[in-house]
Amino acid sequence: MGRNAIVIHPLDNVAVAVAAIPRGGDVVTDDASVPALEEIPASHKVALAAIEPGGRVVRYGETIGRAAVAIAPGQWVHTHNLLPEED
Amino acid sequence: MGFLGYPRADGSAGVRNHVAVVSTVVCANGVVDAIARAVPEVKTITHTEGCGRGPADVIVAVRTLAGVVRNPNVAAVLLVGLGCEFITREVLVSAIGACGKPVETISIQEEGGSLKAARRGAEIARGLVAQAAAVARQECGWEKLTLGLKCGGSDALSGVTANPLVGVAADWLVGQGGGVILSETTELIGTETVLARRAANPATAQRLTAMIRDQHARAKAALGSLAEMVISPGNMDGGLSNIREKALGGVVKGGSSPICKVVDYAEPPRTAGLVVMDAPGSDIFCLTAMAAGGAQIIVFTTGRGTPAGSPIAPVVKIASNSRLFAQMKDDMDVNAGRIADGATLADAGRELIDFVQRVASGEPTKAERNRNDLFAIHTTGPSF
Repeated sequence: MGRNAIVIHPLDNVAVAVAAIPRGGDVVTDDASVPALEEIPASHKVALAAIEPGGRVVRYGETIGRAAVAIAPGQWVHTHNLLPEED
Repeated sequence: MGFLGYPRADGSAGVRNHVAVVSTVVCANGVVDAIARAVPEVKTITHTEGCGRGPADVIVAVRTLAGVVRNPNVAAVLLVGLGCEFITREVLVSAIGACGKPVETISIQEEGGSLKAARRGAEIARGLVAQAAAVARQECGWEKLTLGLKCGGSDALSGVTANPLVGVAADWLVGQGGGVILSETTELIGTETVLARRAANPATAQRLTAMIRDQHARAKAALGSLAEMVISPGNMDGGLSNIREKALGGVVKGGSSPICKVVDYAEPPRTAGLVVMDAPGSDIFCLTAMAAGGAQIIVFTTGRGTPAGSPIAPVVKIASNSRLFAQMKDDMDVNAGRIADGATLADAGRELIDFVQRVASGEPTKAERNRNDLFAIHTTGPSF
């Protein structure tokens, strides 16, 4: 199966789905594949690694926020489980 | 290998060989347009400034117009003034300084009105076009190129495909000794600490932080609660969770080089490497500022599709998705959507760099073909 999610920076622990991925479908990046634990909407983030509560969510090689709860690989990452990082 | 550019007396190199006919004041726009009807080879620079503004806006307008004249893409210039304005041709000539290119001037009042000024202006312009035509392209190193970066009409894929693609080209050009201008201060809100960390020295870090905080304060003062719409519900539906994530999706255009300097609106960087220019995100004000700062080419990513170009710097339009690239093919130059379709960033990056080389050596961009020559000077104060 072809790539359906993009990792922008090697340090990132989330990928971005280029099209919606259904629950149970595979999230396939250039280097990895994890089953989607829930539906990932198009252009939304999906965790590639386990992130503990308070852990950094990294995109573009930068911390875009902290996990509000434990996030498992294959879970959708958005405002419901990602706290903004205050400057 | 570099590009085939036009060598200039100050050591710079143009990717175009424009003769610019420039209003020093809004009142001269009609005569400038008349000159361009008579001599269609020229590029016109018309605008709303030149009189009736406070000192801060006058300073920016003078810097912008002088900067455009000094842009290496301009071979020669004709300044058209009225005669009683604040930004006279004398003011502009002195701001332009020694640049080694022909700078001619006329005044509508001195010539005896619009028709005579247009006739005289057309005569001068024809001479400048002939003079410019004598300059030939020659091999130039990449260190002579400055690339401006812009995004506008972004969509959910802009920060996934097109902007990271531009980042590849930005890193490549900095590696070749060239210059890159990242701007759109409005869009940097939320990345203060990230950019400060990337600054090459503490003074630049401080200036970056102050610049973004000032812009945030101005946005709040002018827009009230709307200022927070920098991240909109539509952005969130598209998968962006917060303002920093959105801003980083724009910043990624600059690649990963250290930020070596911060410059004001339309101020030339006078250095190689990655520079941040303090200009608003609004497309035309920002394109104008980067062209005035000396950018010879501007790469511009879009997801919704915008036709904007510049009279001075070729604008390379990069579509973030393949649907837009197909739908607006007469406005789009490069399809970054192929990254979403499976192409690697590295392959798409080589394609973009190759296209930049062709544009630098003379291939027109879609915005140039369409003559979408848009120009507007940023102002902050009232008119009087």
